[in-house]
Amino acid sequence: MAANPAAATQVEITHSVGLHARPSVKFTKLAKTFPCEIMVAISGDGPWVDAKGIVKIMALKAPAGTLLHIRATGEQADDAVNALKSLVERDFDEGAGNAAAS
Amino acid sequence: MNASKANVGIVIVSHSPLVAQGAADMVRQMVGDEVPLAWCGGDPAGGLGTSVEAIVGAIEQAWSPSGVAVLVDLGGAETNSEMAIEMIGEPRMDRIRICNAPIVEGAVMAATEASGGSSLEEVVATAEELSPL
Repeated sequence: MAANPAAATQVEITHSVGLHARPSVKFTKLAKTFPCEIMVAISGDGPWVDAKGIVKIMALKAPAGTLLHIRATGEQADDAVNALKSLVERDFDEGAGNAAAS
Repeated sequence: MNASKANVGIVIVSHSPLVAQGAADMVRQMVGDEVPLAWCGGDPAGGLGTSVEAIVGAIEQAWSPSGVAVLVDLGGAETNSEMAIEMIGEPRMDRIRICNAPIVEGAVMAATEASGGSSLEEVVATAEELSPL
């Protein structure tokens, strides 16, 4: 394999409750399906936390409107970043009707 | 899911069957059903309390070759869980851990960690990240 592949992106959280309990669980579970190291931050300056760590992701308490920074290093880094970005863009696959219960 | 390695199981032990079942419902709805999960709560007479036999049964139900993480609420739930683990005995008791974590949040966090195929040590550590230092 060539040098460690790396990828990074930013995505705005549009889900009305932000990165709360249920979205955090979905985000973390998806991150865990990739072998690469994935870090997220709610500011470009960090602090960066492990996307696979549910307690740290939930502790971000990122509200709607937050620009979420995602970066990955290692195998499938591109796929991981794209998949997580897509999940956020899809409002974590939760319709508005579910938002209140999240 | 990784078929070659079973996910760690989660057991919820509360004095109240309603609390235990409610916490289990949250795990199922928030995390999904890829993690073995069982709960118990209440004493055999129908009051609040915990029963060693019921805890043994719940651990059996949620058993995984990768181990089981147990979430408890108050004092008796912990001591009775310790007795249940003693009763299950070697060799399996080495793969059963009681988490020092809040029962509801700990169950959801532990199950999230377990759903990715993490080891028992990682699952317990994730639940215990929630506890005040």
